[in-house]
Amino acid sequence: MIPLSWYLVFSAALFSIGLYGVLARKNAVAILMGIELMLNAVNINLVAFWRYRTPQMIGGQAFAVIVFAVAAAEVAVGLALIISVYRRRDSVAADEIDLMKW
Amino acid sequence: MTPVQILFIVVAAMTLGAALMVVSSRNLVHSALWLIVSLFGVAVFFALLQAGFLAVVQVVIYIGAIAILFIFVVMLTRKIAQDSGPRFNENWVWAIVVAVVVFAALVWILMGWQGWSTQLAPLGPAADPLRELGIALVSPNAYVLPFELASVLLLAALIGAVMVAWERK
Amino acid sequence: MFDPINSIANWLSALLASWGLSTGLVIFIMSLISIVVIAVFVLLLDIFLVWVERKVVARFQDRLGPNRLGPFGLIQPIADVIKLLIKEDITPDGADRVVYNLAPVIALATVLLLWAVIPFAPTFLGAGLNVGVLYIVAIGAISTLGIIMAGWASNNKFALLGAFRTVAQVVSYEVPMVIILLIPVILARSMDLQQIVQAQNVWFVVLAPVAAMIFLITSIAEIGRAPFDLIEAESEIVAGFHIEYTGMKFGLFYAGELLHALTVGALVATLFLGGWRGPLLWISPLFGVLWLFMKAFFLYWVIMWIKYSLPRIRIDHMLSFNWKFLTPLALTLLIVSAIMDKILGRPGTAIYTIGMLVTNLIVICITLIILNKYAHIERQRVGETRPVASPDQAGVSMPRQNSSPVSTIH
Repeated sequence: MIPLSWYLVFSAALFSIGLYGVLARKNAVAILMGIELMLNAVNINLVAFWRYRTPQMIGGQAFAVIVFAVAAAEVAVGLALIISVYRRRDSVAADEIDLMKW
Repeated sequence: MTPVQILFIVVAAMTLGAALMVVSSRNLVHSALWLIVSLFGVAVFFALLQAGFLAVVQVVIYIGAIAILFIFVVMLTRKIAQDSGPRFNENWVWAIVVAVVVFAALVWILMGWQGWSTQLAPLGPAADPLRELGIALVSPNAYVLPFELASVLLLAALIGAVMVAWERK
Repeated sequence: MFDPINSIANWLSALLASWGLSTGLVIFIMSLISIVVIAVFVLLLDIFLVWVERKVVARFQDRLGPNRLGPFGLIQPIADVIKLLIKEDITPDGADRVVYNLAPVIALATVLLLWAVIPFAPTFLGAGLNVGVLYIVAIGAISTLGIIMAGWASNNKFALLGAFRTVAQVVSYEVPMVIILLIPVILARSMDLQQIVQAQNVWFVVLAPVAAMIFLITSIAEIGRAPFDLIEAESEIVAGFHIEYTGMKFGLFYAGELLHALTVGALVATLFLGGWRGPLLWISPLFGVLWLFMKAFFLYWVIMWIKYSLPRIRIDHMLSFNWKFLTPLALTLLIVSAIMDKILGRPGTAIYTIGMLVTNLIVICITLIILNKYAHIERQRVGETRPVASPDQAGVSMPRQNSSPVSTIH
């Protein structure tokens, strides 16, 4: 059967790919996509630990549900900020938005 | 190789491949579509881990709302003649190094943990994770407080997003 | 009990096991066969729906409909399919090929996926998910994806605009739909569709008629049929997100839309009208399939009736109808239903049934009173209706204008 290690390696890989996306991409929306990948990796980790180690404690799944809600809230506000920045500066490249005013 | 293992490897390869396409695709709308593929792979994993409710909620929230929001914002923030520009900033080599180091560190630390190769214990005939989750999320001596706080957080995010993106004439 | 489908399934799995295959592989092959059977059955029904649509719309419009090909025009859909298949396959210039070709496939696939959880009979259904209702919501959420892909990949501003409007409408109407879907779940104590049907000794349309009505309205808005068909209004936005699609790709969109309407009928029948429940079930479960499809076709006819009787709603009216009327009503209904469910005791007793029905009627009455009051205020704000052209008003209304129309014409 599938040992826990497979799930942990998979979620570590997904987390690293998301981390690369956050650190290396120019476009702000692409950075947010990397953050989404990282949040999904964390969720897989939580549910895998719940299922394999403590299936009688439902806290693992409850935690994952809260992570869903937090991720949705964060994406909504982040994308609203990106749209607002695009309207002002006409650019969403993360390295072009480097002045505090004007 | 049991069929479940083959399924796991196939879905894991699909998800990781799609994630790689997300972070390296030239066209941002393609990135968003590959993100949808990888989110779907994560939903399949939730179903494999017998968290069926979380699998369906993943599809509803991530694919049905967040990914569509991404596609909309990508379409709204494109410059007229630009479909692709330089994708990576000048630190991309260091980004690869950091990502590989983080992956290796995580795997190496976890390999030394005694629970590394825990096998799957069957859940038992009377276990009903859906019912337990429902009770836990509204029960006063379980997780009702984080649940209610999450709903307040969502309300704050809703109001905040509308106010931030409001177009002031 | 004459149960042919389960007998055939048991015989087939015994045959496969006797060939030496492991049980996991047998289950896998049986699942594949059942998927193929359900999908083929539903798609054949889809072709039949094209005929039903054209005949019924013709009768609503006081004409005959196709009657040349075959008896009563029954071969007409096959002629339509052949026509669509032999058309030239055009991809517009500058369109994203992969996404463009994938969009109609996703649009039809998401409708087919819904049939996996609908229970056809007490002993056969596709997949007995214990989160069946939530699965329906998830598939509805995926269907918006096919629309965006179609609109964006067509490299056409009208298509993109149509796709944006469609997604705005579909996502908005998902909110009251999800809230209303909780009411059968409360009444049946389970999200499994088979359990919901089993719990309907009294049909849920009697226990929660307002919920059934709101679910029907929001589902019609979800599938984009009139009066909510702004997304494909021919007179306004040429065809919305599927402008650039010809031939069989358009056929997939069209067939998907018709099949979605029938699926909505089957869902309303399952959730509110008792699904496969009906007489004669002790003879054979096949009668369950018959009752389900009779109810589903009846609701499909009701959806078509609404389509061919009402004019199109403007987009701002549509959105304000959703957010200012349906969502508060759905939330109120959910809260009231949950409270009354706790007060009235166990479902199945007469007092429960009558109590829930009376509660729903009270909610409707209060809603109508509020609407009436707002209509009264609105009417007073706009002013009394004035007849524009009538003989005794011709001399009275002239002095109110700056210059008479006659003098400005020449």
